[in-house]
Amino acid sequence: MNPVAHRLSLWLLLAPFLLWMLLLVIVPHLQMLWVSFHVRESWDSSVWGVAQYQTFFSESYYWRTFVRTGVMSLFTTLLTLIVAFPVAWYIARLARGRSKGLLFAACLIPFWASELVRTYGWMILLRESGLISTWLQFVGLTDAPVEMLYNDIAVMTGLVYNGLLFMVVPLVTTLDGLDESLVEAGYDLGGNSWTVLQQIVIPWTMPGITSGCIVVFMLTLGSYLTPVLMGGKDSAWFTEQIFTQFITRFNWEQGAALGVLLLVLSSALVWLGLRLSGQSFRRVMG
Amino acid sequence: MIRSVPRPAWSKRLYFAYLAAFFVYVSLPLLVTAVFSFNDAPFPSLPWRGFTLDWFFADGSAGRTGLFHDDSLLSSLATSGHIAFWVTLVSVTLGCLNAILFERRQFPGKEFLYILMLMPLVIPGVILGVSILVFFSGTANALSDTWGIEWDSLRPGLPLVIMGQVAFITTLCTLVIAARLRKFDRQLEEAAMNLGATPLVAWFTVTLPWLLPAILGAAAMAFLMSFENFNTTVMLTGSDAPLTVTLFNRLREGSTPVLNAVALLLMAGSGLLVGLTLRKPNKQTR
Amino acid sequence: MTPANADRKSVDGEPVNREDGDRNCADLECRGLVRRFGDTAAVDHISLTIPPGQFFSILGPSGCGKTTLLRMLAGFEQPDSGDIYIRDQRMNEVPPNRRPVNMVFQHLALFPTMTVAENIAYGLRRQGVKTAERQQRIKQVLAQVGLPELSDRNPHQLSGGQRQRVALARCLVLEPTLLLLDEPLGALDLKLREQMKIELKHLQKTFGTTFVYITHDQSEALVMSDQVAVMRQGRFDQLASPEELYHNPATPFVASFVGDNNRLPGRVTSVQNGIAAITLANGQSVQGRAAEPGVAAGAAVDLFVRPESMSVKQDHPQQSLTRLSATVSTTLFDGANSRLEMRVGDQTLYARLPQDGRLGAYSAGSVAELSWDPRRAPVFLSGTG
Ligand SMILES: Nc1ncnc2c1ncn2[C@@H]1O[C@H](COP(=O)(O)OP(=O)(O)O)[C@@H](O)[C@H]1O
Ligand SMILES: [Mg+2]
Repeated sequence: MNPVAHRLSLWLLLAPFLLWMLLLVIVPHLQMLWVSFHVRESWDSSVWGVAQYQTFFSESYYWRTFVRTGVMSLFTTLLTLIVAFPVAWYIARLARGRSKGLLFAACLIPFWASELVRTYGWMILLRESGLISTWLQFVGLTDAPVEMLYNDIAVMTGLVYNGLLFMVVPLVTTLDGLDESLVEAGYDLGGNSWTVLQQIVIPWTMPGITSGCIVVFMLTLGSYLTPVLMGGKDSAWFTEQIFTQFITRFNWEQGAALGVLLLVLSSALVWLGLRLSGQSFRRVMG
Repeated sequence: MIRSVPRPAWSKRLYFAYLAAFFVYVSLPLLVTAVFSFNDAPFPSLPWRGFTLDWFFADGSAGRTGLFHDDSLLSSLATSGHIAFWVTLVSVTLGCLNAILFERRQFPGKEFLYILMLMPLVIPGVILGVSILVFFSGTANALSDTWGIEWDSLRPGLPLVIMGQVAFITTLCTLVIAARLRKFDRQLEEAAMNLGATPLVAWFTVTLPWLLPAILGAAAMAFLMSFENFNTTVMLTGSDAPLTVTLFNRLREGSTPVLNAVALLLMAGSGLLVGLTLRKPNKQTR
Repeated sequence: MTPANADRKSVDGEPVNREDGDRNCADLECRGLVRRFGDTAAVDHISLTIPPGQFFSILGPSGCGKTTLLRMLAGFEQPDSGDIYIRDQRMNEVPPNRRPVNMVFQHLALFPTMTVAENIAYGLRRQGVKTAERQQRIKQVLAQVGLPELSDRNPHQLSGGQRQRVALARCLVLEPTLLLLDEPLGALDLKLREQMKIELKHLQKTFGTTFVYITHDQSEALVMSDQVAVMRQGRFDQLASPEELYHNPATPFVASFVGDNNRLPGRVTSVQNGIAAITLANGQSVQGRAAEPGVAAGAAVDLFVRPESMSVKQDHPQQSLTRLSATVSTTLFDGANSRLEMRVGDQTLYARLPQDGRLGAYSAGSVAELSWDPRRAPVFLSGTG
């Protein structure tokens, strides 16, 4: 190809990419940052200021929700990992042939439905008039309806459920590549199940663990439906506050500031996670 | 832990019990949701009052309005389909171009742009929605204030929803298509030219057929993701709400088996789509 | 180099059947081809002429520039200087898809998204051949390569040897002036490779197409070719028939690269009638044929003698031959290829064992008397290869 055509085609490929990136990702986020440093004076004028951030730090309701959301997201991520690992191990290493494919497909089933439908399913199961409560009464374990919805355990159940696929898939993919003779060598050289898991399997699976954890953490932190629909009155999720600012109060400046804070929190924790696990972002995500 | 290392029987039994519990956990909410869409009772809860198709087909005359006679649900279903169509088209096209850009071309700053391309994966969906809302509405306001131009596409509504979803679905499409392109042997293109094809013909007769499974997979994924998205969509939607938003509002008013019917319909739809793309585990994939 | 109008007969003596009229024009002619990557020249002033119908091989160790040369002929690399002519048409500016040249790629490059028949049809479609004729020609070529039943299979459902044949058929069906083959047998296992070698040679004869075959395996080149060019670091060391190459290597590199050879360093004491007398490091004296002008009294040289050129005796060697005593290290039994490993000073030597099965006669530490015809042992100045 002649050099002019070569350069031209490069620009033709770059143009849509840059348009997408700039118009839909970078500039909107810069704009959000810019707006968050403004204070509204009247309906059509605003001035620079850090008042939105001051509000966040001075009102304990905000920063408590913030911390709570972060901590619960981390906890959910860990729980998802623990729940998913044995299943991924079975699918990757023990199941054979057809059953392997079927089990893997079974793990994907929840994702034939949207988060809303999944949450709805849990509501039908857990609420006072729900299936589990009725069943408990039927077998005589209790004699009055039990409310299992609207508490943190319910929220966590739903959140782990939402994250499972994104944990199982990367785990199965990396565990599939593990050479079984490494594990055999581990036992052969005198290791027990615990040391083999800790010194051979987990280091090998680290890229999968990291990528699963990052995705699950991001989804949990940014989730809205599950905590809103399944959570109790006093267990707010941070995304709810952003919604409230934008949709109910029309206080975009405050909402933008909260958005920036959530973004900072998620970036910081992802960065920390990569740091601690010694993985690179590009390898884990790309 | 692996097949070649024997385990005590009780530990095996424990493992299998865990796996069974896991798959119950995974399938129960969806199963329950689906089953209750056929319950002949006004609420999706026990006791079972008999089988009915009212929640799908009742025309409102007997006090029940089935899903297929519920105009607002149907119209939001159409809206969702409309959005998903455009999102699929745009993100798959962008994904193809990006894949070529990153897999085939060398240019300064490539590594940086690739990392940038991955960013939407670690931005919570809510924030993506918020930032796009802030940016485009701000732009619309500025246009209107400064030049008196009213450009309604920039206000909340379908175009904005489509843009918001494209912002992150494009990244996923790019990754899927690029992974396939990476496995392509470039000698095949040379072989095609050697057999008399021009570079363009070689691309369409050899490279594109190779990419096709990935392109179809990416399209199915994009369609589902768009159809099921809530967090980004709810921020950007205008007067005609897509299905997830309508369902959410309905759910807050109280649950009826019509919602179960919609959920079942959605599950069936996505199951069909997934089945279509997974069918024929591509005979050409090596 | 072979003149274009010289021997145009194929190996079995029948004239090669070609449609083109001009019998004097070479199928391929290269003049001073150079291709540089950075500072190093992968192909360094290569010139060659290949008459129609020839099986021409380029033999060299990996990394010597064979693929680069072939890719220039196919049009995937541009020469930095020099010209390529095919049937007297200059090809330098012609894009790959317009050259009358087809190539069998190193890893075959069969299209995985197409069946065998579609793979073969690909080139015909590009030429706009009508469906009926296309199918006819595909059928014919599949029969010729011995795969009549497999047209609807996918390439990955075929065995290595079958894939090989499809790759050949895909090119041959287009009736190219020149067929380029880049180590096509490299991926096959040993047994299949032996079989395909012979089959390729027969196929080339039946089709009468000019083959340019590159390989790093000297046995492939020797068995199949009419002419072999030995390539080293981007240049041709020698271009000759396989026999000539084997018996009269032009350089020490060719002597050691083509076939097995023993190398004995020493110093020339005298040269008479082209026969050089050489004193080895341990004081023994042997004779060989001076293969370079510089081989004169006092020069440091290497003598090359092939294992099968030496006869091994334990007593009364023949008088007319040059002689050498060596200490037996061990015997290497390999059926018809059984050899004797010996030491002369600090040099290791191998000799082919006589076919009388008396392996036991040579025990470790015993002395073997070697002898050979000095004319079959070329002597080169040392350090030139
Ligand atoms: N595209 C390229 N860029 C840089 N160096 C190359 C390229 N292709 C080949 N070379 C170099 O040229 C030399 C010859 O390569 P090649 O023709 O592939 O050798 P062969 O096929 O004989 O093994 C090698 O040293 C190789 O590293
Ligand atoms: Mg090569």
